[in-house]
Amino acid sequence: MAKAKSNTEDYLRMYRQMVRIRTFEDNANQLYLSAKMPGLTHMYSGEEAVAVGICEALTDADRITSTHRGHGHCVAKGAEFKQMFCELLGKAEGYCRGKGGSMHIADQSHGNLGANAIVGGSMGIATGSALRAKLQGSDDVTVCFFGDGATAQGLMYEVMNMAALWSLPVIYACENNGYSEYTKTEEIAAGSITARAEAFGIEAHQVDGQDVLAVNDLTRKLVARARKGEGPFFMELMTYRYHGHHVGDINREYYRSKEEEKDWKENRDPIIRFRAHLVSEGIATEEDLDAMNAEVEKDAAEAVAYALDAAYPDASEVDQHVFAA
Amino acid sequence: MREITLSQAVNEAIAEEMRRDPTVFLMGEDVAEAGTPFKVLSGLVEEFGTDRVIDTPISEPGFVGLAVGAAMTGARPIVDLMFGDFIYLVMDQLCNQAAKQHYMSGGKLTVPMVLRTNMGATRRSAAQHSQSLQALVAHIPGLKVAMPSSAYEAKGLMKTAIRDNNPVVIFEDKLMYQDKAPVPEEEFLIPFGVANVKREGTDITLIGTSSMVQVAEKAAELLAAEGISAEVIDPRTIVPLDEATLLESVRKTSRAIVIDEGHQSYGVTAEIASRLNEKAFYHLDAPILRMGAMDVPVPFSPALEDLTVPTPEQVVANARKLCAGELIHAA
Repeated sequence: MAKAKSNTEDYLRMYRQMVRIRTFEDNANQLYLSAKMPGLTHMYSGEEAVAVGICEALTDADRITSTHRGHGHCVAKGAEFKQMFCELLGKAEGYCRGKGGSMHIADQSHGNLGANAIVGGSMGIATGSALRAKLQGSDDVTVCFFGDGATAQGLMYEVMNMAALWSLPVIYACENNGYSEYTKTEEIAAGSITARAEAFGIEAHQVDGQDVLAVNDLTRKLVARARKGEGPFFMELMTYRYHGHHVGDINREYYRSKEEEKDWKENRDPIIRFRAHLVSEGIATEEDLDAMNAEVEKDAAEAVAYALDAAYPDASEVDQHVFAA
Repeated sequence: MREITLSQAVNEAIAEEMRRDPTVFLMGEDVAEAGTPFKVLSGLVEEFGTDRVIDTPISEPGFVGLAVGAAMTGARPIVDLMFGDFIYLVMDQLCNQAAKQHYMSGGKLTVPMVLRTNMGATRRSAAQHSQSLQALVAHIPGLKVAMPSSAYEAKGLMKTAIRDNNPVVIFEDKLMYQDKAPVPEEEFLIPFGVANVKREGTDITLIGTSSMVQVAEKAAELLAAEGISAEVIDPRTIVPLDEATLLESVRKTSRAIVIDEGHQSYGVTAEIASRLNEKAFYHLDAPILRMGAMDVPVPFSPALEDLTVPTPEQVVANARKLCAGELIHAA
């Protein structure tokens, strides 16, 4: 484990946030499998160290843009289970009053500008947020989350060019989970992903996305530099998605093997790894962490129960919010 | 009253709003020193500097995307899309991102941005620099669409657009940039969704947008000489649309022609005509007629291009038939 911070409280919060993401996703998956959730969703399980390592280096004033696989970013940026499950179930108390759902969940209060269901669709938004920060002399930083699949979108190159030309405080965080939907990344991405950013003169780093401290350490350094006007930056976070492209993508051996999945889950799991580190360093005991897990599970179960019982939006809301006043 | 060109009117509106509100900035291809190919924005960079008048690379989706993000986080960007035809390039950023943020977030996020662009054929610019694509964006819930018909409207609508908390697309007729009209020196705004009755009449209503307002007014003059009294209405914004004023007029005249420079099929004219049909049917003495651009890519040759857009003479011919009770499209 890379060394990032020595503060026990910070370490335990990072652990807790990763467990919260995994627990949220386990519950969301159950809701889908038991046909209690409308539509479909894309699980973040396996990638927790990326969202947590990055978001723990940000303040509420810092913005993020998220993706269709966005629950992890939302939790890591500070969202509450209750409003999140309400949103996934299309209930009025959801973060977006049930109008966005899993693929558009946004939490303005913590600087989450929203998930985006167009692959790569939020790259302009993130870069524009950074442009606004620069124009208004604000020192906030924007992190643009996207997957390896989005590196095939032209928009990325247009906005990285402008971000580099104008030294914008934006960090492009490419979550490389090895698969572009149902296709191996190596089949859709020529050359090197970091080299693409470097072509614009953007400093790019590749980091182990299963190591929360390594991710957090790098992000802290880059965020501090971006605040001083040294941005933009690019991070390629090597990670893995435990589920299929979406919850219904069950039979996926035609594009990846069960052995490969087993190897990542057993040997490179970000939560298991960090847990071992916390215990071996004497930061927490197994019992402490079990208690924390149990607490998170209880929170999630309560939030799910609450959301299942919560009211749907009134029919009168259907044509509200088309235009702002 | 002083007269200024439509180009000067747009420039004045933007300058006034930039002086009033420090969060307003301008971005697009060649908007700074070049002041755009039409010179509409000349002088703004000298007053506001390159921080607020930003030349971008030729990356339409990229800089429109930046505008969406800047707008979502507290700025009021005006983006300049050099030709209306380039709207196809920015459809995702405009229609999937800008238009939907407010709704998808349950009202939490807003996108106060203006996309100013142009429309209009007969400039001999061929099929990819001559289109009038307002129907494409008017179709998308969450976007407002303004179509100024003179320098006066160009200024008043632009100022309203900049202050609006929604994405607004403004189509300026690129052939009208040098046309002068009386524009007050003192500040004024034109509210969205309020049509302008340009000329009162009793026999037929001519509803025209942007460039077609002039065509309708010219036709009304010619019709007056024949003893036909035409009312001319400029909706000024097609989203929101001032349906009430249009309906009131059609209930009075019992006949209408809707004229817009976009392609006729599935267009602005079709939408307005069908709303009037649905809501004023029993007041009508004739079918409501659509007159849009021909359903062909805009041809280069002047001999062909001029055939594609409605003319005052065609409007007169159609109005004459409608008023005489003759069928224009035989069953």
